[in-house]
Amino acid sequence: METKIKKIKSAAGLDSAIEEINRKNGKKTVISICSGTGCRAFSSDRLVEGLEKELKKLGGKRADDIEIKKTGCHGYCEKGPIIVIHPDETCYLGVREKDLPRIIQAVLDKKVVEDLLYKDEEGVRSCQENDIPFYRFQKRIILENNSRIDPESIEDYLRVGGYKALAKALLDLSPEKVLEEVKKANLRGRGGGGFPAGIKWETTRDADGDIKYVIVNADEGDPGAYMDRSLLEGNPHSVLEGLAIGAYAIGSCQGFIYVRQEYPQAVSAVLKAIDDARSYGFLGKNILGSGFDLDVKVHRGAGAFVSGESSALISAIEGKVGEPKVKYIRTAVSGLWDKPTNINNVETWANVPYIINNGADWFRSIGTKQSSGTKIFSLVGKVNNTGLVEVPMGITLRDIIFKIGGGIKDGKKFKAVQTGGPSGGVLPEKLLDLPVDFDELDKAGSMMGSGGMIVMDESDCMVNIAHYFLKFLSDESCGKCVPCREGLRQMLYIYERIMEGKGKEEDLKLLSDLSILMKEGSLCALGATAPNIVLTTLKYFRHEYEAHIYHNMCPAKVCKPLIRFEINEEKCGGCAACSSICPVDAIMGEPKKTYRINQDLCIKCGSCVESCPAKYSAIESLTGLSEERDLAGREIKLS
Amino acid sequence: MAAMGGKMKVEQAKIKNKVGLVIDGNNIKVEEGTTILQAAHILGIHIPALCYNDQVKPHGACRLCIVEIETNGRSKIVTSCAYPAEDGLIVHTSSPKVEEIRKNLVELYMTLFPYNPEIRDLAKKYGLTFTRYKKENNYCIVCGLCVRYCEEVKKRNAIGFIGRGINKKVAFIPESSFFKNCQDCMECVGICPTGVFPSNYGMDRIPQIDD
Repeated sequence: METKIKKIKSAAGLDSAIEEINRKNGKKTVISICSGTGCRAFSSDRLVEGLEKELKKLGGKRADDIEIKKTGCHGYCEKGPIIVIHPDETCYLGVREKDLPRIIQAVLDKKVVEDLLYKDEEGVRSCQENDIPFYRFQKRIILENNSRIDPESIEDYLRVGGYKALAKALLDLSPEKVLEEVKKANLRGRGGGGFPAGIKWETTRDADGDIKYVIVNADEGDPGAYMDRSLLEGNPHSVLEGLAIGAYAIGSCQGFIYVRQEYPQAVSAVLKAIDDARSYGFLGKNILGSGFDLDVKVHRGAGAFVSGESSALISAIEGKVGEPKVKYIRTAVSGLWDKPTNINNVETWANVPYIINNGADWFRSIGTKQSSGTKIFSLVGKVNNTGLVEVPMGITLRDIIFKIGGGIKDGKKFKAVQTGGPSGGVLPEKLLDLPVDFDELDKAGSMMGSGGMIVMDESDCMVNIAHYFLKFLSDESCGKCVPCREGLRQMLYIYERIMEGKGKEEDLKLLSDLSILMKEGSLCALGATAPNIVLTTLKYFRHEYEAHIYHNMCPAKVCKPLIRFEINEEKCGGCAACSSICPVDAIMGEPKKTYRINQDLCIKCGSCVESCPAKYSAIESLTGLSEERDLAGREIKLS
Repeated sequence: MAAMGGKMKVEQAKIKNKVGLVIDGNNIKVEEGTTILQAAHILGIHIPALCYNDQVKPHGACRLCIVEIETNGRSKIVTSCAYPAEDGLIVHTSSPKVEEIRKNLVELYMTLFPYNPEIRDLAKKYGLTFTRYKKENNYCIVCGLCVRYCEEVKKRNAIGFIGRGINKKVAFIPESSFFKNCQDCMECVGICPTGVFPSNYGMDRIPQIDD
């Protein structure tokens, strides 16, 4: 049903367009299905097809009163696929195709499907989205609309108040007033740097030259971080609106959105949004009759983490290799094609419309004195509730991990939380009550970064974790400067030796010296922050390094050269399950009697442990030198 | 006419300003746009630098030319080859912090190419007779002088960087270039600080020579 789109040329035009859209849609019941990349990997597309089929079967007026909507990521990724019924806000988790007929029936009967609702440990069910603990303890402002709107529909965006802030900025406020408001709100960069956006905007605005650029940094390279992806996939217009308001304040007529190569769904969502915004008159010439022009281009990344660094990103857009440059002039003064350029992260831009609509004072009332507003985190790892969470700044790590995250999976014990991606560090249990904001985690040696939060338990080896991030950085570093390139190379050699049980006493001093060099001598923040994971794991888990070096032990039993699997002969039932599954025929013995693992052949794959029947549980993984075992054959534990 | 006169006055003012800075306690006034390294050179103060050559733009890769500057009440470590002189800038070319970083840096260079005179002098100065790190004997320090010279001065782009991170290397593009097109130039050989690439092209890893 294609209606001819009339460009909106004034505030009044906007109001009447929204009225028209509301009238068209009436009071339908909306079944929204999470269709972010995560749930789509869970075949949510098939749920959409299935629901459409069910509606077709239904036919008639009853079908007309129900709308099926594909939305962006809802955030409760642990429990996908997710369906939310509006306006009741009934939330169904872990939906499968076989559940669809009952869902439709429940909608028609105005009932709920109980077994698809959230259930807590005591068996109590929560019907509505906001009652579920995962959502209840969040403060979802930026992500709120993700479960309500179809990201490909500008009309949906308009219905939830979209582009009202842009109209207010362009028609009621001067560029200076807009800038003042954002400065007053103390909006700090959400990409990790935490620099006050208002001040960056002001520097760009005040810089010499008529041509200025604004850029959205959607390179999001931290492993495990997908906040920006979900924002672009689920609510691209919110980012466009923020960008337009910023461009107006700064005096820029050309914007760029740099999206990483690996986010095809985000790219298509943004391209569609730009197209629709142009058709409706929110981009282009003389927007809403204000005299302000803006156009936006999308630039795709080429597969490099380092290209997210500001000077590297600018190089990439200029058509050169996306590597950081040694340049001591701020990009706000001289950036893209030597023109004043303002780069901000996706989430930073997404906050702007809310600040304009609700005011700087409202924004400052959320969060802490130095860090206003909310932050979106990707909470992943060994927690019960993995997903995207949006919380006010100042909330403690403990509340995020235990109240929202639901605590550690499988009843295991919390060991550490890694924050800030490869530039961040780990924090131990004793620091769980630290408030999360731009400054507090820095003091402890880590950083909030762009919002990655990886929770770890006793089965994670801190030496191995540090090695993982260093390996990542050694591939992703641009390789230009010696401290970073050679520093990472040497650090990897040292870690490889330690993990093989060949660590030396002086290795910890070497790591410390390399850390100083990289921190102070690197060309860009990649090299300068690379040592954080080394320094924090050394600071809070030094005993693990010492166990590897002095006792050939990996307490978490991860580093293969330092573990061995052994069959406890007293427990072994002689069933030969392990022997038959061993890929290298390392297990020999007598049926119905006992079996033994040949350590020279064993490749530590762990298949035998999984195959041993629970009633025997005869295979143990041990670590440490043989002489460190007591008379019963159990290893002597280090503190 | 009066308006024209006013405009001419503005034009004259655009001719380069002079800025005054202090390097290791020595005052100097230089034209705006001069780098700290260039200013130090005028003063006769030696700052080590391997990837710097005044025929090409600063690259900031070797990090040997780092200095400690005081600006706005804070101190920062910057590469003097690229940092433009500012009015009132205070520069320390060998403060304790700079020396500590440079010492660690030289120890890393000793894994790559210990025979460069600059590196040898610094190693001696810091009392480094051996390096605790694993020797690569790569000889190419990926300073990029050959690449930049070929791009900016000769405008031929016969050499480039390939790979990224710890695998970053310098190579002729295409590989056959060196033998087909470069025989009439070979100027990159003279600019290479280690004297190894590209004269020994094809050997980016020379067999280990003991100290």
